[in-house]
Amino acid sequence: MSLRHKDLLGLEPLSSEEIALVLDTAEPCKQIFDRQVKKFPTLRGKVIVNLFYEASTRTRTSFEVAGKWMSADVVNISASASSVTKGESLTDTAKTLEALGADVVVIRHRHAGAAHLIARAVRARVINAGDGWHEHPTQGLLDLFTIREKKGRIQGLTVVIVGDILHSRVARSNIIGLTKLGARVRVAGPPTLMPLGLRELGVEVYHDLDAALEGADVINVLRIQRERQKKGLFPSLREYVRLYGVTKERLRRAKEDVMIMHPGPANLGVEIAQDVVEDERSVVREQVKNGVAVRMALLYLMSGGEPRELQPAD
Amino acid sequence: MKPKAEIMDADQIRRAITRIAHEIVEANKGIQDVRLVGIRTRGVPLARRLAQRVEAIEGTACPVGILDITLYRDDLTTIAHQPIVHKTEIPFAIDDKIIVLVDDVLFTGRTVRAALDALMDLGRPRRVQLAVMVDRGHRELPIRADFVGKNVPTSLEEVVQVELVETDGVDRVRIMQRSDAR
Repeated sequence: MSLRHKDLLGLEPLSSEEIALVLDTAEPCKQIFDRQVKKFPTLRGKVIVNLFYEASTRTRTSFEVAGKWMSADVVNISASASSVTKGESLTDTAKTLEALGADVVVIRHRHAGAAHLIARAVRARVINAGDGWHEHPTQGLLDLFTIREKKGRIQGLTVVIVGDILHSRVARSNIIGLTKLGARVRVAGPPTLMPLGLRELGVEVYHDLDAALEGADVINVLRIQRERQKKGLFPSLREYVRLYGVTKERLRRAKEDVMIMHPGPANLGVEIAQDVVEDERSVVREQVKNGVAVRMALLYLMSGGEPRELQPAD
Repeated sequence: MKPKAEIMDADQIRRAITRIAHEIVEANKGIQDVRLVGIRTRGVPLARRLAQRVEAIEGTACPVGILDITLYRDDLTTIAHQPIVHKTEIPFAIDDKIIVLVDDVLFTGRTVRAALDALMDLGRPRRVQLAVMVDRGHRELPIRADFVGKNVPTSLEEVVQVELVETDGVDRVRIMQRSDAR
């Protein structure tokens, strides 16, 4: 069993077996947190480039730590300090990085499809670290890993995703991954922040969070971006908090041992109350550690063999 | 792969383990500071059997750990499919201990090289020894075993296959002929 793809552009092209392989590999990788020497020699001589056109702390740092713990050389490029400001195109930048020896390019971009574009242009492996409203596969994988680690399984669990589903690549990757592994997915949020066609993905749509939470095993709370309110997608932040803000009171409708997740960074007191983040059922900090383990697993699984023997992007 | 010859049966494997257990106890003057570490996959059941035998001889238990060397291999970029990574489970501190690495077959020495590196990242043992069921020669690195079940001269067209009840349902060692060999 191995990953058949040159690139990781989303969870959509992955089979449930491939997803399970990544999660299985992340388990031993996570053991590195218990070690004094946090270093494996696995990726010595490999060059990983983090190419970020959007702000990011967790994802970029997590890729950097994962790469360094596997002994790769990690180069960080942020768009504001590169030739991008001089008008260099995405594929030109990627080809330049490849000419400089990049084996893996990790890219985040505000436009959907950016990772696909460069995946076709370069022979290096490409990992999508978030493209517009499309997908954020490594976040999806670390969320799946965290659920499986704590609950022992994913099949048959009821998972609620609450917030701005329309603009969320985290929601998309979560929905795809969870349904592939047999979870029951409910999404909750205002109708204006809900994309069309969700039911075709096998998802139950709720506009009433309390109803969605009934009997839930897991709740994944999405970040609400204040700019959306300015665009008139919901009337006021205060109303959003009243209808969709996750509080301890509200969580009583879920199962007693409901697991609380947030991809970060959280707007405390808006989509999630401070005491919910600090609750003993919250796995927010664990998600960050698991992000490193899952990315180590991916870098390992994508480091061997000859990329040209593998299937190209989609 | 076609089987060519059976070189050890269950009884011979059992006797080899008994002898190696005695040799470990003798070489280290007891097992006070001795810890056994099996290299995945078949080093693990061998290490467990050795621990039982050592305990029967000395009357004290000898802890067993499991080492996965996948992330330390030196051939990852040349093989098409990445091997599955498993957990390393060493439930004791290895600092200042005498570690006996256990594996089924000693061949090129590359697995042992990886195991030594993996071990050193976990601490600083006082001494490291190596126990193997079969030494088949063809070393590519300056590595040797301290305890050997059986020395078997082989050709490079042959594969030595150790099978154990715990992993394969039967105890035997066979020499196989590579089917792709000319």
